[in-house]
Amino acid sequence: MESWANVIMKKAFKHGSQNTIDQLKTIGRELSMGTQGNWLSSKEYLDLVKAIGEAKSKAEEERIVMAEIEHLKKRIMEPDVPRKKMKEYIIRLVYVEMLGHDASFGYIYAVKMTHDDNLLCKRSGYLATTLFLNEDHDLIILIVNTIQKDLKSDNYLVVCAALTAVCKLINEETIPAVLPQVVDLLGHPKEQVRKKAVMALHRFQQRSPSSMSHLLTKFRQILCDKDPSVMSAALCALFDLVSADVKGFKNLTASFVSILKQVAEHRLPKAYDYHRTPAPFIQIKLLKILALLGAGDKHASENMYSVLVDVIKKNEPGKGDPGSNITNAILYECICTITAIMANSKLLGLAAEITSRFLKSDSHNYKYMGIDALGRVIEINPDFAEEHQLSVIDCLEDQDDTLKRKTLDLLYKMTKSSNVEVIVDRMISYMRTLSDAHNKTEIATRIIELTERFAPSNQWFIQTMNQVFELAGDLVPVKVAHDLMRLLSKGAGEDDEEADSLLRSSAVESYLQLLAEPKLPSILLQVACWVLGEYGTADGTHNADDIIGKLCDVAEAHPGDNVVKGYAITAITKICSFEIGAGREVQLIPECRSFVDDLLASHSTDLQQRAYELQVFLGLGADLVRKVLPVNGSGEEIEFDRELPFLQEFVDSALANGARPYLDENERLGVDSGMSSFVSSSRSHHEPSHGLRFEAYETPTLAVSSGSAAVPSSLLPDFEESVTEPTRSVRNQTDSSQVDLLGPEVARLRLDGVQRKWGRTSGSSQPSPAPTPVSEQQRRGSGVSEGASSNNESSPAEPRHDTYSSSFEGKKVQRVIPAEKQRLAASLFGGSSVQKGSSGGVNGGVKASNAAGNVRPSEKGVPSRPVAGSGKEKNWSAAEPKQASSSLMDLVDMSGDDLLPVHDSKASYDPFKGLEGLLGVPSTAASSTPAGLGKSTMDFMSLYDSAPVVSQSASSLAGDSDVLPLGHRRSGGMDGANGVEGGLMDLNMLPSVSPLAGLGELAQSSSSSSPSTGVSDKKGPSRQHSLQKDAASRQVGVTPTGANPALFQDLFG
Amino acid sequence: MIHFVLLISRQGKVRLTKWYSPYTQKERTKVIRELSGMILSRGPKLCNFLEWRGLKVVYKRYASLYFCMCVDTDDNELETLEIIHHFVEILDRYFGNVCELDLIFNFHKAYYILDEVLIAGELQETSKKSVARVIAAQDTLIEHAKEQSSSLSNIIAQATK
Repeated sequence: MESWANVIMKKAFKHGSQNTIDQLKTIGRELSMGTQGNWLSSKEYLDLVKAIGEAKSKAEEERIVMAEIEHLKKRIMEPDVPRKKMKEYIIRLVYVEMLGHDASFGYIYAVKMTHDDNLLCKRSGYLATTLFLNEDHDLIILIVNTIQKDLKSDNYLVVCAALTAVCKLINEETIPAVLPQVVDLLGHPKEQVRKKAVMALHRFQQRSPSSMSHLLTKFRQILCDKDPSVMSAALCALFDLVSADVKGFKNLTASFVSILKQVAEHRLPKAYDYHRTPAPFIQIKLLKILALLGAGDKHASENMYSVLVDVIKKNEPGKGDPGSNITNAILYECICTITAIMANSKLLGLAAEITSRFLKSDSHNYKYMGIDALGRVIEINPDFAEEHQLSVIDCLEDQDDTLKRKTLDLLYKMTKSSNVEVIVDRMISYMRTLSDAHNKTEIATRIIELTERFAPSNQWFIQTMNQVFELAGDLVPVKVAHDLMRLLSKGAGEDDEEADSLLRSSAVESYLQLLAEPKLPSILLQVACWVLGEYGTADGTHNADDIIGKLCDVAEAHPGDNVVKGYAITAITKICSFEIGAGREVQLIPECRSFVDDLLASHSTDLQQRAYELQVFLGLGADLVRKVLPVNGSGEEIEFDRELPFLQEFVDSALANGARPYLDENERLGVDSGMSSFVSSSRSHHEPSHGLRFEAYETPTLAVSSGSAAVPSSLLPDFEESVTEPTRSVRNQTDSSQVDLLGPEVARLRLDGVQRKWGRTSGSSQPSPAPTPVSEQQRRGSGVSEGASSNNESSPAEPRHDTYSSSFEGKKVQRVIPAEKQRLAASLFGGSSVQKGSSGGVNGGVKASNAAGNVRPSEKGVPSRPVAGSGKEKNWSAAEPKQASSSLMDLVDMSGDDLLPVHDSKASYDPFKGLEGLLGVPSTAASSTPAGLGKSTMDFMSLYDSAPVVSQSASSLAGDSDVLPLGHRRSGGMDGANGVEGGLMDLNMLPSVSPLAGLGELAQSSSSSSPSTGVSDKKGPSRQHSLQKDAASRQVGVTPTGANPALFQDLFG
Repeated sequence: MIHFVLLISRQGKVRLTKWYSPYTQKERTKVIRELSGMILSRGPKLCNFLEWRGLKVVYKRYASLYFCMCVDTDDNELETLEIIHHFVEILDRYFGNVCELDLIFNFHKAYYILDEVLIAGELQETSKKSVARVIAAQDTLIEHAKEQSSSLSNIIAQATK
């Protein structure tokens, strides 16, 4: 009876499942009549499964499961549930949990079940606990004892069950409890037990390498186990060990090679064959280990040559045969190994052959593997890509999303300055189709990286960035936006003001256009506001009121976004002050007036302050405003005088009054025991401590109270410091803001206290700048060489030429073979002909893994990146590290730092008194103290500068009251706006020109402009060379797939 | 390393889940929902791989059931496909022409078998024979234990009557 039902059921499932549910119903009925026997479960359980199977909707299923949970909760808590029943309940709990519901009420019963003597129940208990509990669950501690007991059992099945549980449940803390027993089990007579013990040790090794360090030799011994499955288990562990420490295992290379040889020669028992391939999984593991051992080691690699050839030969399918999945898996692994080790040309040839076969296959799986393999092969032999460009294009345009992404990965690896536009274009259009945040972030990061490394022009860079901001929005790190702003403020060349101002006005235009769109991500708005504020009125085409109107619109449209509002109000401030500086009367338009009024009453102190600043500016005279906010001052650097001589007087008087002299943090920690104990205890408090702490807390010792301060120093050391030693806070705030002069006093006082209380003290955080600046410094380092080598060349002209000739190349190809694919292929693969002349740089560019720094200096036409160019300045100081790591919040919070008291030469004990004086008559204060004039101006500018958000990222006012040059600069900028030169015009047109379209004219212009630019070309590939090449290729009429291999040898060489 | 194994029916119902990396119940539900949506909507001709949150998901369809494994990006996808196939062959051998129903009603058995094939996210046994041997040993022992316990309870029942 039941076997009959069984058969029907199976049939029903095998024949289409469209009406599975109906069939299940009928079958279920049959089944319910004849259930018993080999189903091993009760009717109740079957009913549950059936009911869920019949559920017509998710809601119905939900209801059934909820009812089941209620039912189980009641039943499972009854006293004296029979064992068998209990076991069934547990299995039902597993079922419920599998369906995504919470069965945590039953975990404890599962744990209890593992204590059972009956193996049947014990195994169910272990199964349930391994499924229920993660290794950090509280109940684990209850199960350790059972596991310990079971590991000693003389029934190997019990030991196996316990070992399986060990692999899942034992965490770092409980490893010591079971480790000795597991190690003992390595000598167990049953190979199943040994195998599981090895796997358990492997797991321990992953969890806590330190507790396993004494067992490393064990793994070597296990490798010699007579049972193949134990040996293969050891390979898992050895793979991890080798990847952690290659050197320590070099001496095993020969053993691995000989094992692989034996396996490939079919020496293992037939039971390990898989589809007539000898132990493929073991072979793959061995190949992975060999890849690690042979990487960068000529000698070790040489030992592997013959065995690799053997393995490939044995798995290579006959002609026209695609080969089985498993042989191809081994072949793919061989490619990985060959490309990882220092292979000889024969092996590389074999790898290339297999890759070609994968790429040409019809199966999407093999194509995918082929693309991956191609990415590995071209890292060693770049010309190989050329042969397969059409396959790659096919994959890129395939409807299979996975394949498409994989191909984009490959292109990412192949990007160089000649094809960056095409590739980034592709990536952006792919990004348009994406919806999930993870993928978007990933691809946005890649686009940003590529554009930063290879951008042919600043124009293109800005446009691409705008697109990325638009598509990825807030997924883009804020730093990217700051880089973009910095690029704009620094401009392209060192002295090429005209190009800069052109760039800026085009940026202004593009942002004005963008702002018309309804929905924009916050980060793009921030950039737009900044650009409008800085350069909106610079070229004279836009009226200040228009720009201010736009900015007000932006702020109004985003009432919830304080950061955007902050950017907007600061931008308005700048525009107003530029107007004032230019001697024009400023009358705020009504909507701006109401916006400012709004902000004056804002809850955000930051916005409030910015609004007050604006008000103050409106009341200031033209001269002063011009000094405070010079036109186009954001690209300049501020010099910091870290000695702060103007504070000396104040420090002296403080010392005279009994304050302690300033000490370094290190010294301070050494000297002040009370403080150090506080610091250390607070630090240990912050450290994530997993275990319980058993030692008592230290009793706080009262530190020697210092000077006039009556504050218990050990408890509030920072506060105490700030009271007695204002110098310290000032030192840390070298750039801190004179804004205090301008804003209201009241809020500041309170904020000050808050800042000191909650923030990590500036004293301890500042001396060790955040880790990011290091990389920033490095980048700057490369910027120095860049700046040095590109002395005064008109760099924008170069990329133009570059692009045109490469796109011309594309055009030519297009003429010969009109297919769209050919063109794309040409632009991706063949476009590099222009680059050919450059020696190492392009090659380096192929290897995406290379650090950007390696490539940049030799790369032609790379604009000085936002970070570059500033490498010159020496006074690299406090503001900059911050800026490097500045996040959005940093910028906003900055004002909090600014609010700290600032002392200029006039300030005495009460800093605010002095400030009040300044606030009242700022101009008189400045002029009436001739000695302080220079200093106060300096303060004024540098300090103010840190208040607007902009200046955080590009703080740059000349620190030494160097005002005149600013005027020059301004006029230079104006000139640039008027006198437009041909090259720059072209630059402007650039973005509208796709490398693939409208190439005729461009080709002309490129050839006509090249002689002039060619002369100034000192770095990068020789222009003439590339032109010759270009002409030659035109003569020959080759296409990238055509019959001139030598050409492409060159291209990729 | 294999991070998790999922068996999903064509209707998106979960038939078996095994997690080798820590995921909370909430994350598990989310992962299953997300992945079943992605996998079930893929056409038959497309490749059996998905790149997902920095990991790779390899799946294969057998009749109405999708077997999915999530592996690291540097793992060999074709090998993972074959691990799936290896597991299916063992199931097939054990149940004798396995079908989805076998897994629905005997999912705990499928778990036991999976525990013999994979352990801690690694392939532990590549020989079908030896897996079959262990499972058979467990089964006979369990059958044995069952008979014993039932006979024992019978005796007790009779004795207490």
